[in-house]
Amino acid sequence: MPKNNNRLITFCDAINEALHQEMERDASIFVYGIETKMFGSLKGLEEKFGKDRFFLTPLSEEAMTGFGLGAAINGLRPVHIHIRVDFFLLAMNQLINMIANAQYASAGQLKVPMLIRAVIGRGWGQGFQHSKSLHSVFAHIPGLKVIMPTTPYDAKGMITSALRENNPVVSIEHRWLYWQEGHVPEESYVIPIGKGNLLRKGKDVTIVATSWMNVEASQAASILEKRGISVEIVDPRTIRPLDEKIIIDSVNKTGRCIVADIDWLFCGFSAEVAALVSEKCFGKLKQPIVRIGFADTPIPTIRPLENEFYPNAGTIVKAVEKMLKLKPVDLGKEEFYSHTKKFKGPF
Amino acid sequence: MPKIKPNKKEINLNLFKTVDLIRSAEKGITKYYHEDDMKTPMHMSMGEEAITAGVCHALNSKDQVFGYYRSHALYISKAHEVRSFFGEMYGKETGCVRGRGGSMHLANPNAGLMMISAIVSSTIAPAVGASFANKVKRNGKIVAVFFGDGAVEEGVFFESLNFACLMKLPIIFVCQDNELAVDVLAKERQGFKSIPDIVKSFDCNFISSQSTDAEEIYELTNKALDLIKKNKKPAFMHLKYYRMLQHIGVISDFDKDSPRPKGGFERENYRSKKEYDEWFKKDPLKVLKNKLLKLGVSEEKVSQIEKENYLEVEESIKLAKEAPFPKKSELFDYIYAKE
Repeated sequence: MPKNNNRLITFCDAINEALHQEMERDASIFVYGIETKMFGSLKGLEEKFGKDRFFLTPLSEEAMTGFGLGAAINGLRPVHIHIRVDFFLLAMNQLINMIANAQYASAGQLKVPMLIRAVIGRGWGQGFQHSKSLHSVFAHIPGLKVIMPTTPYDAKGMITSALRENNPVVSIEHRWLYWQEGHVPEESYVIPIGKGNLLRKGKDVTIVATSWMNVEASQAASILEKRGISVEIVDPRTIRPLDEKIIIDSVNKTGRCIVADIDWLFCGFSAEVAALVSEKCFGKLKQPIVRIGFADTPIPTIRPLENEFYPNAGTIVKAVEKMLKLKPVDLGKEEFYSHTKKFKGPF
Repeated sequence: MPKIKPNKKEINLNLFKTVDLIRSAEKGITKYYHEDDMKTPMHMSMGEEAITAGVCHALNSKDQVFGYYRSHALYISKAHEVRSFFGEMYGKETGCVRGRGGSMHLANPNAGLMMISAIVSSTIAPAVGASFANKVKRNGKIVAVFFGDGAVEEGVFFESLNFACLMKLPIIFVCQDNELAVDVLAKERQGFKSIPDIVKSFDCNFISSQSTDAEEIYELTNKALDLIKKNKKPAFMHLKYYRMLQHIGVISDFDKDSPRPKGGFERENYRSKKEYDEWFKKDPLKVLKNKLLKLGVSEEKVSQIEKENYLEVEESIKLAKEAPFPKKSELFDYIYAKE
């Protein structure tokens, strides 16, 4: 870990800093998409690097994704941005038929150093076409790498890694994380893609959480700590390639595993982790694996249904209580994160 | 440095060498396909050779081309070789992509053949991106992207042409119009007035031809290159041709000796023998050969080229048959770049 780690900046500014530093270092990087802000993570790029390296495009997600592929095989490093991951679905032919296979199909003669950033997460009335997650969909495809940074520190280090990577990387970024602050060194550093993070040490139960669910898991862990329950939180950070060891080691230690994914459960990443744990930790498991995720419906647009749809720290606390056969505690006094009460960090 | 323009005889000789090599290679495929050692779906090029040879001869060797699954002619026009071409047809280690592609996914980036896709219209957008990179790097390279008339019905075609025109990219769109999507006629698919009408509404240079004379396509491509240089706008070439064989496989619709293959794609009588006969008179190979003789090239010289091409194809097939398959241990190679 780099020194000089006392500065607090937001997740959004951490990504912005990674982009600035890497674009200064590597003139082949350019950023493009259909909007100029991405919650502020793109600020200053146009002013500093000019219109050749930061530009707006027509509303043509498929062509613009294929455009990135063509630029990448010719030696540039495109960064394509999607303010909602749902828009990126228009480009699945280019992503899955073309980008994912380009290196394989050329027997390694072509390389695709391309980063695609896409925002996920709840927002006011966003609903079924503006707040899916889809990391499992992308991670299903050999040839792609999929990252989901959680902390500002991870965000800077992993985006920096992605910008030095000669493979296509999809970065899935939860919009509620953009505001949280964390300790981020000013100097450039990398967090290797494919390396998980032990977010919290514990001994009674392992929670494998993705993206925003790490915030919920952390709050759940604090609530449970008051009752003497010690929760370990593993944040894989990268979905593909998955750091299997960090998950296996943790579950072998605690003997209990809850997967809290920011997605639907069916055929999702939580199923992948559950399969991994049952294959590799079977003898150490004290109880069946429990999965927590979205309700199995399209994503609601209105608040009351949204609140039913999304799991939160309370859901996790209840799952741990059930797993450890504890008496359920009254969570009525706890204040959970919401549209208005956002997590500000640091972890 | 200005290109020294070769004389007419030289141009036609070079074009003939290429077109005859393409035809010889496809005759080789036809000859040996029944052995079932080339386990790859063949989308044959017969009929389109004038377009690929004409365009590629006008390009520099460093220029880049993108294509689609009917790409035997494009491959040979750009790479000028059939050794790793046949290596790939046989799925061998010696193939241009070491047996990972087959007939539908040929590539030879060192020769400028960047990507071929088996999905209609899918390399148009990457070609635009490659052209953007060339412009940014100021390396003078031109990109030519080849696609059929069916690709014009895909949304990404419009998206890509739009962006190339907006960004004024050094790219040639080559629409190879055979009026067929497998066996579905253009009039059964297209609700727009015509492809030229569509393209003319974009801010690019437009060129069209019905010629099966590779020299004419070569000259038109030179014109396209000049226009790109002068006004910095992309060029669109709308070129007609006749697909001599079926959509897939090595027989024609009118091949009495070959029974229609089981599970073939084509409907009965979707096109006429009359049309076939008319186009056959304009067969790109025949056109060039007759022209060479008229230009005073001796029959011996022509036969010599044909013989050389034939022997090169036979030798390439022999070598491909003898070459090893990729090792089983290489199953996981090339999925990710190591560095």
